[in-house]
Amino acid sequence: MTAMPDQDVEMGRAPAPMPNKIRTQHVSVYYGDKCAIKDVSLDIESNRVTAFIGPSGCGKSTFLRCINRMNDTIDICRVDGSIVLDGTDIYDSKIDVVQLRARVGMVFQKPNPFPKSIYDNVAYGPRIHGLVSGRGETDDVVEASLNRAGLWDEVKDRLQDPGTSLSGGQQQRLCIARAIAVQPEVILMDEPCSALDPIATARIEELIDELRANYTIIIVTHSMQQAARVSQRTAFFHLGDLIEFGDTEQVFTNPIEQKTQDYITGRFG
Amino acid sequence: MTDLLAGRALTDAAARRQLNRRHRAERRFKYYGLAAIFAALGVLAVLLVTIVGAGYSAFQQTHIQLDIELREDLIDPDGTRKEADIRQANYAVLVRDALIKIFPDASGRRDRRALARLVSSGADIQLLNMVLADATLIGSTQTIWFKASADFDSLSKGQIPRDVPEDARKVSDKQIAWFDHLAALGLVEKKFNTGFFTTADSREPEQAGILGAVVGSLLTLIVTLVLSFPIGVMAAVYLEEFAPKNRLTDFIEININNLAAVPSIVFGLLGLAVFLNFFGLPRSAPLVGGMVLALMTLPTIIIASRAALRAVPPSIREAALGMGASPVQTVTHHVLPLAMPGILTGTIIGMAQALGETAPLLMIGMVAFIVDVPGSFTDAATVLPVQVFLWADAPERGFVERTSAAIMVLLAFLIVMNILAVVLRRRFERRW
Ligand SMILES: Nc1ncnc2c1ncn2[C@@H]1O[C@H](COP(=O)(O)OP(=O)(O)O)[C@@H](O)[C@H]1O
Ligand SMILES: [Mg+2]
Repeated sequence: MTAMPDQDVEMGRAPAPMPNKIRTQHVSVYYGDKCAIKDVSLDIESNRVTAFIGPSGCGKSTFLRCINRMNDTIDICRVDGSIVLDGTDIYDSKIDVVQLRARVGMVFQKPNPFPKSIYDNVAYGPRIHGLVSGRGETDDVVEASLNRAGLWDEVKDRLQDPGTSLSGGQQQRLCIARAIAVQPEVILMDEPCSALDPIATARIEELIDELRANYTIIIVTHSMQQAARVSQRTAFFHLGDLIEFGDTEQVFTNPIEQKTQDYITGRFG
Repeated sequence: MTDLLAGRALTDAAARRQLNRRHRAERRFKYYGLAAIFAALGVLAVLLVTIVGAGYSAFQQTHIQLDIELREDLIDPDGTRKEADIRQANYAVLVRDALIKIFPDASGRRDRRALARLVSSGADIQLLNMVLADATLIGSTQTIWFKASADFDSLSKGQIPRDVPEDARKVSDKQIAWFDHLAALGLVEKKFNTGFFTTADSREPEQAGILGAVVGSLLTLIVTLVLSFPIGVMAAVYLEEFAPKNRLTDFIEININNLAAVPSIVFGLLGLAVFLNFFGLPRSAPLVGGMVLALMTLPTIIIASRAALRAVPPSIREAALGMGASPVQTVTHHVLPLAMPGILTGTIIGMAQALGETAPLLMIGMVAFIVDVPGSFTDAATVLPVQVFLWADAPERGFVERTSAAIMVLLAFLIVMNILAVVLRRRFERRW
């Protein structure tokens, strides 16, 4: 561990380079005529946590949602450039969006469990993708997913309770369990802790660190401390531009760009 | 220098006056609101009291008990016991003879006819049905309750004044005397009017019932529901969840909203022109009535369904899509079930509107006088509100009370449907 800019910013471990999972090249995103992301190229490493930081409205969510093509659901949204996942362009016309989203899961800002039982929330993905057949297999997947999301012990006696009856932090972990139940390769998280209290946040951050072993994780966060705590790679966006992208430690301790420096020292935000 | 910002203190007399004025205004506003509510409730109460007051007596029917000698020589002189022969007999004579036995003084033709009028003209059918059901009764003497005719029903209910000159009322002094004598003998009784709920319309008030109209309304509403619910929900789902937002969908949306405001009689004219005259479907049929009402109900269902779909939070759609559910799966697994209580509430309200609709059905001939309970979707039928309309037009006293009674039945159906809508909403209301 090297010097830190701030005492409560604890660095993620210094990363050894990993193979690229996702390559994005010259990605621009438009809402109608408005350009929300301008010519962004960056590579996401496998089994790493990559954080997107930047002031509100700079396009972090927009860029994140390109990676599982959630932007397709917005009529006026247009994406240019290429995003390649394991060698295949996900915007290729031959790509089935449904399968893509099974490979690239997503956790949203506000916990959004389905108004169904905890069990059905987790079982839903495996069922629609035909990953399970029969009650026994489904039970196993539900248990494994909840276990991995660190929720099993808390809910194992109340699997039939509605998912919405859980606390905010539990709901968010349920959403993570739901996402990993379909065995995705990549998990996108859009400010997953912004609606949670500090203790629940800490649990999720621990969880993210554990999940890194099996998944490639991209997390959008408005909290620089969080980015510093959980990520190995950090991308700083500003007004739709990718300003700086590098190892988290380097971005926070020794930024190359003046704008990054200004942002992480709190001069604007 | 004066401090402009400070102004007056809150305890200042002028400020206090201002405060009091404000409080008075708020109180006044509250009283206006209460007055409005009481006015509305008052009108409703007057309406209900009037209807119930005029209609409750229809649920009772005066009956007269007679000993009928089922003479074989009159019913089945040849002793064949064949249905055709039994049907040919003149049962009215049996009833009249039974009356004459009680009042031997009624001798002349006119007297006898006047005497026979005490009992409903449906008495002979009642006897015929009895004999048809059990031929062994022929030759025996049976004690039977018959409906009194409408005029004597009214008389016993006190609806015909006895102190006016004889020619100013529909029943003569002699008839009143006979009737009172029967009553003194304990042969007159008011019973619950089951016939009102088990028969269809009739020219005779005492034989007229609501069942034909109720069944007609049910058949019509089934057609309306079967047509308008799937079409309405599909249209709403498509417009809300799948349709691109462009000029065309805007245009469609405006037109659906306009359609909801089209006077219902216009739909009746359309039904007349298209369903009857062009497609040649049967007149007066619940099928056509239901089709016309479905047109009218569609916009209601579409608008309610769209509102219900819009109330499903977008986060649910995102969650499902993010899991890799297809748009159709997202809608059928998540959005539609969550919107269903709202959709059903809207549908029930649409159905309730359709149940009370009269004007468009007049256009397609559902206003005909029909004495049979309809048995299928293509039989001639009438519906409850049209039955009310028909009876309200009839001059007989007996129909006046039946009009109100029919309104009560109609209101009962409407209230049940609305309660159902409220229960559904309560039961399935969700918090996100
Ligand atoms: N659905 C949308 N329609 C139009 N503009 C949008 C939409 N979503 C986001 N934007 C615009 O795109 C820009 C980037 O938004 P977003 O990606 O949500 O920023 P961030 O997540 O970094 O706060 C903002 O200016 C926002 O107004
Ligand atoms: Mg965002």
